[in-house]
Amino acid sequence: MKIPLFPESASNFAPDVDHLLYYLVAVSVFFTVLIFASIFYFAIRYRRRSDNELPKPIHASLVLEIAWSVIPFGLTMVMFAWGANIFFKESRPPKDAMQIYVVAKQWMWKLQHMEGQREINELHIPVGRPVKLTMTSEDAIHSFFVPAFRTKQDVVPGRYSTTWFTATKPGKYHLFCAEYCGTKHSGMTGWIYAMEPQDYQAWLSGGRSFGSLAENGEKLFQDLACGNCHKADGSGRCPSLVGLYGRSVQLADGRFVNADEAYLRESILQPNAKIVAGYQPLMPTFQGQVTEEGVLELIEYIKSLAPPPAGAGTTPAEINVNPGVATAAPSNR
Amino acid sequence: MNTAAIETQENYLNAGYGLKSWLLTKDHKRIAILYLITVTIFFFIGGIFASLIRIELLTPQGDLVSSETYNKLFTMHGIAMIFFFLIPSIPATLGNFFLPMMIGARDLAFPRINLLSWYLLVIGGAFALFAMLAGGVDTGWTFYTPYSTTYSNSWVIATALGIFVSGFSSILTGLNFIVTVHRMRAPGMTWFRMPLFVWANYATAVIQVLGTPVVAVTLVLVFCERVFHIGIFDPNLGGDPVLFQHMFWFYSHPAVYIMVLPAMGVISEIISVFSRKPIFGYHFVAFSSMAIAVIGFLVWGHHLFVSTQSVYAGLVFSFLSYFVAIPSAVKVFNWTATLYKGSISFATPMLYAFGFIGLFTIGGLTGLFVASLGFDVHVTDTYFVVAHFHYVMVGGTIMAFLGGLHYWWPKMTGRMYPENWAKLSAAIIFVGFNLTFFPQFILGYMGMPRRYHVYPDEFQVLHVLSTAGASILAIGYLFPMFYFMWSLRYGEVAGANPWGATGLEWKTPSPPPVHNFDEIPVVTHEAYDYSTVVGEGVEVG
Repeated sequence: MKIPLFPESASNFAPDVDHLLYYLVAVSVFFTVLIFASIFYFAIRYRRRSDNELPKPIHASLVLEIAWSVIPFGLTMVMFAWGANIFFKESRPPKDAMQIYVVAKQWMWKLQHMEGQREINELHIPVGRPVKLTMTSEDAIHSFFVPAFRTKQDVVPGRYSTTWFTATKPGKYHLFCAEYCGTKHSGMTGWIYAMEPQDYQAWLSGGRSFGSLAENGEKLFQDLACGNCHKADGSGRCPSLVGLYGRSVQLADGRFVNADEAYLRESILQPNAKIVAGYQPLMPTFQGQVTEEGVLELIEYIKSLAPPPAGAGTTPAEINVNPGVATAAPSNR
Repeated sequence: MNTAAIETQENYLNAGYGLKSWLLTKDHKRIAILYLITVTIFFFIGGIFASLIRIELLTPQGDLVSSETYNKLFTMHGIAMIFFFLIPSIPATLGNFFLPMMIGARDLAFPRINLLSWYLLVIGGAFALFAMLAGGVDTGWTFYTPYSTTYSNSWVIATALGIFVSGFSSILTGLNFIVTVHRMRAPGMTWFRMPLFVWANYATAVIQVLGTPVVAVTLVLVFCERVFHIGIFDPNLGGDPVLFQHMFWFYSHPAVYIMVLPAMGVISEIISVFSRKPIFGYHFVAFSSMAIAVIGFLVWGHHLFVSTQSVYAGLVFSFLSYFVAIPSAVKVFNWTATLYKGSISFATPMLYAFGFIGLFTIGGLTGLFVASLGFDVHVTDTYFVVAHFHYVMVGGTIMAFLGGLHYWWPKMTGRMYPENWAKLSAAIIFVGFNLTFFPQFILGYMGMPRRYHVYPDEFQVLHVLSTAGASILAIGYLFPMFYFMWSLRYGEVAGANPWGATGLEWKTPSPPPVHNFDEIPVVTHEAYDYSTVVGEGVEVG
């Protein structure tokens, strides 16, 4: 029987973390051997030979104290910088990353592809393409952990967390929940299937599609009658959502916030938390009326409401107002 | 001296025999014995939970207990061990007994408060035990919200109350130590003549007084949310779940230093006595304790690297964590240098000290691993972290606790423990410990998450090794229980100073008289001046 002692290396981050491990182990082995060998040598060499012996006291050496403070400190700063560098890379998903939404709950993973495929405790991804996960939890804190990718990110209720990776080797890898979340915590596991791009395309078209996230979001948008107030041309009682995603929005209190996923989520569930400048706090909360998946679909729909490309010949009739004006103009009061 | 001499000489043990003479005692030495009995009971309770955990993990399936029970086992193992054993272990037993004696005082500054703090630990422990017997608690010893406030269906409040109450025990002990060290040193006992064990306990006391109230507040907030549904941590009530982690670790990271600083103090004493040399770099070792106590308060965020804490906060906490590593390294280097040209004895306490340095070195160095951001992302919440903190807390604190107990046992009881049995059990513990926890580093890097009842097959071999080690470790821990008991009656009579040590606690008979010293000693030498004892002709047992 083969006993594995090292995890598989299957993402862009895995070699980085492994190389850092080698450095950490090398420094540790050096100091462990140094200390163990010194203790062994001194203990044997200077073992007590007579009960009355009185060794000469040696008090201190400033040079030694400085040396064994400064040299280890230098070595640890390499650890710090190396680890920080990997961490920064992990915290910055590439712009072109493929988006996956993750909703965790006791005790399962619900994963949604943009094209509409939904999976439970399984995630199919292509190799060679960055994948960005946007995650939230319906109950306790969970943590999305793929050892073969060396990535882990807590999944926290009430907010979005993100992580990303590029799978580098096709295969089937463990997905674990790493943050203790209750009785069946150790059953909250699944598999990541990293596939060659063509296999992934085949898988995408083969599975049952539930309609793309944006399409479902549009349906939900209509069902909830959001459009009654959020008119596309900005003439409604609430700001237009066209081109909102990714823009800077001025609030009634003068602050500017970036309209990212977290902001959109909050504005749906707690509309009064951040009021756009020039608008009244009229919107009712949708907390408890929209599931986490529903919120994600709405966000995808809002993200799909792109502004007309600059310099495009004709503007679609329903978006004839520059979406920036609706929110920016009242701030000139 | 013969047995009859011990019996007739008046000392703190034969000063009164009734239960009342113990339960209402204000003698710091008797209170230390009460603490010793209390924490030993909790150590074995925690140990039973640990054994059940290790037996369950022999197989990948959950076949011994249900998941619900397993979760309660690791939670109660952590709570019993951390709050009711490790935190009080060294300060409240060895510290309580010897801190006043080492500075030449007749007692702690507030003897009644000292007794009160023992009662608080017992009352807190009773709440925790009640919770364990009534059905247990399953939140993990970390009580992460919103699981603990909203979702857990177990005895969270009773347990939290127990920890809350026992926290005041810790605060009062710390307060007592600080005042005692400031106000009650014998004539001539200047700050830099104090034994390093006193420095270590002083630094610990600062953390106990400043840190423990924060965890008390945090538990009160958990109580408010769980019972009154006041939204603090649960986002459904408008709270912030990660706020809990900040507050919890603001205490619980420094709490690691509450556990390990006194251990380092014990090791400084033992290394010095059994190499018959002053500790190399005394001032550096003393100040490193204070540095650890202060910097230890600034690193809590390294528990939150993947918690959605800001990337920049992660950066700062990682950076600061390396600062706390340096004073620990300085201690290890100074201990090692103390051996150079010493007169090294291999008595049992010294074996524990060597064991401590070995295990703490590995525990400390792997601390550098988990302080590195990119590395920690992979190993946090895995067995790598489990192995790391067991190396520090079990390999460190318990080795030092046992080392200190052997070292001071002759003073506490007037009797020697059986040396050969003690050496054997020290060796068993060292081997068992490494076999238990070293495989867990590998398990962790492979991705085995902590707190998993059921696990994938490929991790089984390493788990079996770990369980085998734990069985050996358990035997090693049982030995001292028996031979210490045995020695109370049959042990060789120790005499006042069997090790040829310099501390003031050795300048009075064993066991010490009720008021420690017939005459308050006047200190004229630095700590660890062995010319004063060896010159007199050392009494060697």
